[in-house]
Amino acid sequence: MSEHEHIVSYKIIVIIWLVLLVLTGVTVAVSYLNLGALNIWVALGIASTKSALVISFFMHMKYERPIFKLCLLVTLCILAIFIGFTFIDVLYR
Amino acid sequence: MSEHHKDHTGGKLGMWFFLLTEIMLFGGLFILYAVYLKRYPKEFISAGEQLDIRFGGGNTLVLLTSSFFVAMSITALRRKAKRVTLCLLSGTIGFAVLFMINKYFEWSAKIHHGIYPGSPHMKEIAPGESIFFSLYYITTGLHGLHVIIGILLLSWAWFAIKTDRVNHKDWLLLENVGLYWHLVDIIWIFVFALYYLVL
Repeated sequence: MSEHEHIVSYKIIVIIWLVLLVLTGVTVAVSYLNLGALNIWVALGIASTKSALVISFFMHMKYERPIFKLCLLVTLCILAIFIGFTFIDVLYR
Repeated sequence: MSEHHKDHTGGKLGMWFFLLTEIMLFGGLFILYAVYLKRYPKEFISAGEQLDIRFGGGNTLVLLTSSFFVAMSITALRRKAKRVTLCLLSGTIGFAVLFMINKYFEWSAKIHHGIYPGSPHMKEIAPGESIFFSLYYITTGLHGLHVIIGILLLSWAWFAIKTDRVNHKDWLLLENVGLYWHLVDIIWIFVFALYYLVL
């Protein structure tokens, strides 16, 4: 049963690793530019992209059955609610 | 002798459930960061400038490479290349140790300058700055503890593969340890962005 499970090729792992290194360089370089309030969103955006690549390929999520993806999605939604409601409070004090 | 029934998918889902709780744990710490950044923007910026992007960036590259090695090791094991698997796993552990060595130097430098939880210096600086450093130590300290646990788990996997308990037919232990390790990497990706880059 699990023998039929997809194996991620060496080639894809190496490519994703190189992309992660490049994205790290990009995010460091951008941090030296002064974009004002945009800095934090660019940094978080690149961090999220890197994480998505690690989750999809290194953690094999791209090839997992839907229940795995659903569990992660639900968790991220709960976290978003946690952040969102905290800031609805904090921003309007 | 009845064969012990193993549920690979169930076992993997179980590890994912645990990782999702870890996301909530560190997520909580990041929310604290966000709320206090909103309250003390100037102090967070001036405290953040005291963190060295070379330590943070270097450690980011170290953990990304460590994750790369463990991902490769799973493919190697499933392709029955046991010696390659053990080499790659050794690389994973080696880079994990390198991360802790960097962390040791980074924290030593800070502690040498009197910046550590409960220090006299912490009482003198602005409240926003001391909160920044408290959050920095709690978050990176908890993360460092996870790295140490990861090193132990990866070493356990190494020996299990060496003794053929984990192999191309039954690789769930390595896969689950790998999943844990990737999450440790992802947490650091966000720590790096929020503590070293933004401020």
